[in-house]
Amino acid sequence: MRTALIETLVDLARVDERIMLLTADLGWNVVEPFLQAYPERFVNVGVAEQNMLGIATGLALVGYVPYVYSIATFSSMRCYEQIRNGPVLHRLPVRIIGIGGGYAYGHAGPTHHALEDLALARTQPGLRVLVPADGEQLRSVLLALRELPGPAYLRVAKASVPAVAGLHGRFAWETPELVRPGRDLLLLCTGEMAHPALQAADMLFSAGLSPAVAVLAHLGFRPGRALTALLSRFETVVAVEEAFVTGGLGSLAAETIAEGGLHSRLLRCGVAAGFAEHSGSTEYLRSRSGLTAAGLARRIGEAFQRKRTAA
Amino acid sequence: MKLQPGLDDSRDDLGKIAATLRRWIIEQSFASKVGHIGAALSVVDAIAVLWGAVLRRPGTNHPDRDRFILSKGHAALALYGVMRWKGLLDEQTFQGYCQDGSRLGVHPEVSLPGIDASTGSLGQGLSLGCGMAWGLRLRGSSARVYVLVSDAECNEGQLWEAVMFAAQHRLSNLTVVVDLNGLQALGPTGAILDMEPLGEKWRAFGWECREVDGHDLQRLASALGAAAGDRPRVVLARTILGKGVSFMEGRFEWHYRPLDDALCTAALRELKAA
Repeated sequence: MRTALIETLVDLARVDERIMLLTADLGWNVVEPFLQAYPERFVNVGVAEQNMLGIATGLALVGYVPYVYSIATFSSMRCYEQIRNGPVLHRLPVRIIGIGGGYAYGHAGPTHHALEDLALARTQPGLRVLVPADGEQLRSVLLALRELPGPAYLRVAKASVPAVAGLHGRFAWETPELVRPGRDLLLLCTGEMAHPALQAADMLFSAGLSPAVAVLAHLGFRPGRALTALLSRFETVVAVEEAFVTGGLGSLAAETIAEGGLHSRLLRCGVAAGFAEHSGSTEYLRSRSGLTAAGLARRIGEAFQRKRTAA
Repeated sequence: MKLQPGLDDSRDDLGKIAATLRRWIIEQSFASKVGHIGAALSVVDAIAVLWGAVLRRPGTNHPDRDRFILSKGHAALALYGVMRWKGLLDEQTFQGYCQDGSRLGVHPEVSLPGIDASTGSLGQGLSLGCGMAWGLRLRGSSARVYVLVSDAECNEGQLWEAVMFAAQHRLSNLTVVVDLNGLQALGPTGAILDMEPLGEKWRAFGWECREVDGHDLQRLASALGAAAGDRPRVVLARTILGKGVSFMEGRFEWHYRPLDDALCTAALRELKAA
């Protein structure tokens, strides 16, 4: 997805001279096309994320639209107060790119696992939190950002992600995108979890359930009407995110159900057990947290089994 | 030196600004029962020189106006004072300082016309200044950027990230003033985290460094005037916390302490006699 990001930025920067790209010394074999196209609008600030956010704030204060680039842990947390006091407090069009959220940097260990970036970003008023599910949706998000006067945090997958079936790159700010219809339950997913969610839906279908799947790429500060309307149609909602279960998509679903007076039951699928204590690949760490198609299907199946038993 | 309409860079006029600001700071701190008086008094002279004789088109929306960032935001009362002097704030608004519903808090906010950046969390202003200076240069603007920091603010690591960036990119349109009063919230800077020799540190990082008496208006004006060279510039302004009020001078408790009736009267008496 990083390639889609840079290709789109190069295109956008051709017509919008305000766009700049800053990196804190990351993005080897990724950012070069932007550097080659617009050397004067690119800078590597060095390993200094706090300063990078301050520089981006200053640039935006004199009229530029800076994109800042780093691994999700560093661009969301190392400079969290600078994000808050900079683009958020000043309401400026700074775009914060967090590469490889969740377990994308598996073997790199817990210092590189961004599991709370979504929760942290969601608490900042006016900061749009965006987690595109594939390269096409990322392009749509970047196009939507052209008109946004305020700041945004974008979690962008490190690896290339196959197109999500049924999504066709659709993105609208407040609208969850339904990619699979169903009656019995809704899998509400974000980012790279769209694929395992869809595969889990296939498994559950084979087991006799009718699961719907929706992709939510914009995690709002507060519940939106379209999300409330969607959740109200389902007795069971399963939130699927590659993040700690608190503060991100699962919390947004819980807030939506509670504030909307809905009667949906909620399962939050994410990382519930804290930081990884074992080294491992992305796939290994996802499976340990149940964030694979089989893991999701198992958990949802068990929940329905309990429900049937209780009934 | 480019002057503001109606202002003269002679020592008397800058002196008059500084003397008026000192009086306003005492009156308003007392009226609002808010501390941070010592810091405001220590930067008064630098702010009088910057706003009275150095900054071009301050307080306007002109894209090529010089920018000013009060990174040591807790000295905002001095900034509000000079904005009142320049007619950017009326007396009534100024007197709303720290009142409920006022736009004038202990730290300055960008929603107020004339304030280029919201500050208050130390160590962050210079990074904003770097971004502004780089962006202004990139678009061919002649505007300059001035950032006023405290000496204790130099404890913050982010400040040195910005110092390195400015030197690397030769941001010669960027000037930092360090309010070197030698005192921080809980005591002398030298006893807490000794930054000296501070000038050598800035020079080692590639900055042009000038050291002046931070209460000498002419020397400040000369140090802050037109820059030469292709490097960013820092002016170490050696100042006295609480300058102008004898019982506050050099006493760190005036970082936070508010005034009572008797001390306010005594301070104003001294300032009027000066």
